[in-house]
Amino acid sequence: MGAKQFGARVARMEDPALLSGRGRFVDDIKFPGMLHACFVRSPHAHARIGGIDASAARALPGVHAVLTADDLPAPMDLNRMPMLVPNPAIAASLTQHCLARDEVCYVGQAVAVVLADSRYIAEDAIALVEVEYDVLPAVSDYRSADKPDAPRAHLTLDDNVASKFRMAYGDADAAFASAPHVFTEHIWQHRGGGMALEARAVVANPDATGGLLTVWSATQTPHICRRMLADLLDRDLESIRVIAPDVGGGFGPKAIFYAEEAVIPATALKLRRPVKWTEDRREHFMCATQERDQLWTVSIAVDDGGKILGVRGTLLHDTGAFVPWGIIMPYIAAATMPGPYVIPNYALDIKVVLTNKVATTPVRGAGRPQAVFAMERLMDRVARELKLDAAEVRFRNFIQPQQMPYAVGLTFRDGKPLVYDSGDYPKAQNEALRMIDYAAFKQRKAVAREQGRFIGIGIGNYVEGTGLGPYEGVTVRVLPNGKVAVATGATNQGQGTRTTLGQIVADRVGCRFEEIVMTVGDTAAIPQGVGAFASRQAVNAGSSAMIASEVVRTQVIKLAAQTLGVPESDIDVEDGIAVARSGNRPSLTFRELARLAQGMPGFSLPPGQTPGLEHTAYFTPPQASYCSGTHLVEVEVDPMTGAVKILNYAVAHDSGTIINPMIVDGQIQGGVAHGIGNALLEWMRYDENAQPLTTTFADYLIPMATDVPTCKIVHVESPSPLNPLGVKGAGEGGTIPAAAAIVAAAEDALSEFGVHFAETPLVPERIIDALRAVDAYARLSEIA
Amino acid sequence: MKPAPFDYHAPRSIEEAAGLLASLDNAKVLAGGQSLVPMMNFRYVIIDHIVDLAKVEGLAGISVTGAILRIGAMTRQRDLEFSPEVAQHCPLLREALSHVGHRQTRNRGTIGGSLAHADPAAEQPTVCAAHDAVIEIASARGTRRVPFAEFAVAFLTTAVEPDEIVTAIEIPLWPAGHGYSFHEFARRRGDFAIVGAAALLDLAPDQTVRRASLTLCGIATGPLRMTEAEQVLTGKRFDRGVAQAAAAAVKAITPVSDIHASAGYRRHLAEVLAFRALRDAAARCSARI
Amino acid sequence: MATRSISLLVNGRRYEREVEARLTLADLLRHELALTGTHVGCEHGVCGACTVLIDGRTARSCLTFAVQVDGCEVTTVEGLAPAEGELNVLQQAFQDHHGLQCGFCTPGMLMTLTELLRDNPDPTESEVRDVLTGNLCRCTGYAGIVAAALEAARRLRVQQGS
Repeated sequence: MGAKQFGARVARMEDPALLSGRGRFVDDIKFPGMLHACFVRSPHAHARIGGIDASAARALPGVHAVLTADDLPAPMDLNRMPMLVPNPAIAASLTQHCLARDEVCYVGQAVAVVLADSRYIAEDAIALVEVEYDVLPAVSDYRSADKPDAPRAHLTLDDNVASKFRMAYGDADAAFASAPHVFTEHIWQHRGGGMALEARAVVANPDATGGLLTVWSATQTPHICRRMLADLLDRDLESIRVIAPDVGGGFGPKAIFYAEEAVIPATALKLRRPVKWTEDRREHFMCATQERDQLWTVSIAVDDGGKILGVRGTLLHDTGAFVPWGIIMPYIAAATMPGPYVIPNYALDIKVVLTNKVATTPVRGAGRPQAVFAMERLMDRVARELKLDAAEVRFRNFIQPQQMPYAVGLTFRDGKPLVYDSGDYPKAQNEALRMIDYAAFKQRKAVAREQGRFIGIGIGNYVEGTGLGPYEGVTVRVLPNGKVAVATGATNQGQGTRTTLGQIVADRVGCRFEEIVMTVGDTAAIPQGVGAFASRQAVNAGSSAMIASEVVRTQVIKLAAQTLGVPESDIDVEDGIAVARSGNRPSLTFRELARLAQGMPGFSLPPGQTPGLEHTAYFTPPQASYCSGTHLVEVEVDPMTGAVKILNYAVAHDSGTIINPMIVDGQIQGGVAHGIGNALLEWMRYDENAQPLTTTFADYLIPMATDVPTCKIVHVESPSPLNPLGVKGAGEGGTIPAAAAIVAAAEDALSEFGVHFAETPLVPERIIDALRAVDAYARLSEIA
Repeated sequence: MKPAPFDYHAPRSIEEAAGLLASLDNAKVLAGGQSLVPMMNFRYVIIDHIVDLAKVEGLAGISVTGAILRIGAMTRQRDLEFSPEVAQHCPLLREALSHVGHRQTRNRGTIGGSLAHADPAAEQPTVCAAHDAVIEIASARGTRRVPFAEFAVAFLTTAVEPDEIVTAIEIPLWPAGHGYSFHEFARRRGDFAIVGAAALLDLAPDQTVRRASLTLCGIATGPLRMTEAEQVLTGKRFDRGVAQAAAAAVKAITPVSDIHASAGYRRHLAEVLAFRALRDAAARCSARI
Repeated sequence: MATRSISLLVNGRRYEREVEARLTLADLLRHELALTGTHVGCEHGVCGACTVLIDGRTARSCLTFAVQVDGCEVTTVEGLAPAEGELNVLQQAFQDHHGLQCGFCTPGMLMTLTELLRDNPDPTESEVRDVLTGNLCRCTGYAGIVAAALEAARRLRVQQGS
């Protein structure tokens, strides 16, 4: 048998094309006669739309059409966009119109679309479209959005509260009433984004008869896109094919179904020509969904030994102008906060408010980084106040491995009781402490201080619900040429989906990895699909790949045994050949078997044989599987400038069984980079009129190669009992505890001054402000 | 983000370029394009005629004559970075260039383009201010030489008239063995400085400051010479206390405030970086403090 | 519309085109010459996805107009591999060290490192990271890219030494 693929550092099948410039991203697609779209977007955060005069734009040579909401086909001309994850707790269930009708509610909201011979001309034309705006007061600061005198984010609303709900178990108030120690933190976590290097893009191509509409979109969720399009265009699902080709990073914002994804196909149908829209970076900053702000006021009650008695507080969440994904982010945040700790009593009151900014939806971590930041800030506070070691406080409160499965007491966003399936939190923390040589840190710190350097260490622990349903399907089919075709609704934005699924299939079917032909992200390849979010593809698609492969292997064995006249138990399958163990080891190749399995025209199949060597499996997980881990970070702070430099970063990561350690390490390292951005750099800022201020890569700072160290990573594998592979998600864990650990480390570096940080990103100026507030510079002037 | 339409001209000589600028409406000079083209792509700038200087003869080059380093305006930053003349005679410029953008932008970006663009945080104008450089400017009307102190006039605005071209920068050199240092604080490598400080020191063997130059960028609309701090230094024996006193003198500035930093933070950084620049400049004259 | 005739060498092949003055080099390569390996990520010169070599030096093709490269020699990611279906040493090191995930920033990364390894065959990790600040990657956290660059440098030195 060929080398086992599962668990090995298999080189990715995606790479050769991408490395030689032969990738195929949406903007690479070109058709004769294709028109280029550009959107007329609101320059105001909130305004009533009066008239729209596009006559000058229409007269510009090279312009083919300028369309407004009324020009769109029914029902998308009048209907609002669907909400993907409804929830009874949502009071104002607002989604936007594909093109704004009479009100715009954030800067960048699409008002009209220009179709022209080139993007250059389309941009010339949008400057000529005159839109009358009656500017309305805008809600910018979400902290005052729920005040009675706040302006309204929408004309139709009585207030800006989209939802209020409570997540609780036990009796937090009673626990607090009798607790010997109670500490409270006020935590402010600012807006940031996914910022995939490829912005969004859509190409729509109706065929000549109008019978089939093909749409290429830089999306994480082509099957969802297809269903949404069918609704908004009132077309049969079968008349729409959506393809997510190579996609240049997702990170959450590309899991959303956007207005532009509906409008571009509508224009293509209307003009009967292929149409392309490629979002530019400025549009992406204004119109692609973001994540946060969040304001947390949370308290922890502990006994004298630092053992947690209860956690309670409030969370205020800015959802932006609309709620396209409902309230899942604050919901996930509230469910994530308890994390790896035994918290006997818990109550969090959540309020979700509307502002006149682009909507917030999941970005890598999806509310979890904020929850972990809040919880870990509390743990650090306990350590400081009770003069305990930060790692020790955590050890005293960990859920122990023998307590698994562990019911937290909440309901997770999948509607199921929040029950951790497996995990060893003390082991993960021990591994991380070992990697960073925590025991010797105090001495390192003292030596550094002698040299006038300020170093600190921080810990972040987390538990993350991954692998959410409903399902993902995989079809495995032996082709007449002997290769093995694999098709799935799972998608790839860089995770190496093809490779990991290929590894599973190669082992389970018994073929060579190189003989696998993979189709991902194409609704024509498999009827049902969901896509990439919630670190769900390894669990869902991985399990389906395994199940489908084993069925096909059984079919192969059965047919080979029948044909060779040997018992099924006599057949081995490896490298695409079924070999009998007996006699002179007769064999049949997949190519021969695939042809046999097609049957003969006019003849019935033998009893029990299904057509072809093929099976489609749709695995649905019983509930989320819970990945976990510990991050340990050592930083140096320059107290004179506020610069924070990460010196050393260790990750102990438990995502269950590992399919490809190279890919999982890459996911963790990349996730940490995003977490470093959240912790220190990325801040999407708006002025008091909700005008976005950071709309370039020179103003919105994503980490560079000099900002991200190479992490030390170990895998603590606690297989999940909830799926046949034992896997859990790996895509977001790198991001989730990073900000908590980094900010804690920066605080520790300055521990002698007693400064305290409870905000992300922790910008240098904030560090200087804090040091000034405690008059630190009287002492620091000696080392400037 | 595509630029608005324009017509393109690629003159071969200064005279031809100057003639185009004199006769065309709404024309702008294109040097390396690393600042102008982003603004065109955003359509913050809409231009009818681009006059590209890349093919103009004689606009690039580095030479030293007596105590003057002359740099052609179209000299690429990358070529300055690796120029032995610059390293030997004007090490402050070399050190400043390590903070300018990234290798990929320094390959195209020119010193003349940086001066004409006049970003308040830019390093090359700061070096010009520190060295009391003279900027040579040509037009169909003739050639004039403008001291740097009169060059930067307002935010992103210089003394260069619409029909004029920056042709060269003349940098009066400091004596061999002078101390120099460029410190800046930027959020990430290659980002525009929030504040930068350039220091030049000429110390006597007994470490008496014969001459001092201290310049800040990122504070105002252009680089600022800290004359008060220079006065604090001049004539004194250089030591830590003098350096601190000079750095403290920069706190009198009134910095700008924007989304990247408040005025108060900039003032704080100005003092810190001024001190570090003076300290390191002195160390390069073998004056350790 | 102001157009100009230009003639340039791209990956060793001569192209002659009539282009609008405002057409960027990135758009010329991608949409006129069908060389879509060069990617556009920001159009304001920060992300580096569009990095190509112009006369042997890296440059942002989004900040360069096609008319400016009249008479120049341009190298793009499509020009790196020794032959169709093969990878060069740097490309192979990227695959071996997981130096790419989504692959969108990758062409720019490869061009930047091609220049670096040509000019500095034995770079330190900090020199590699410094030059990579001109290219943003959102997927990898740079570890695989840095490892690939150092490994490619090593392999190239071995090759040239032998």
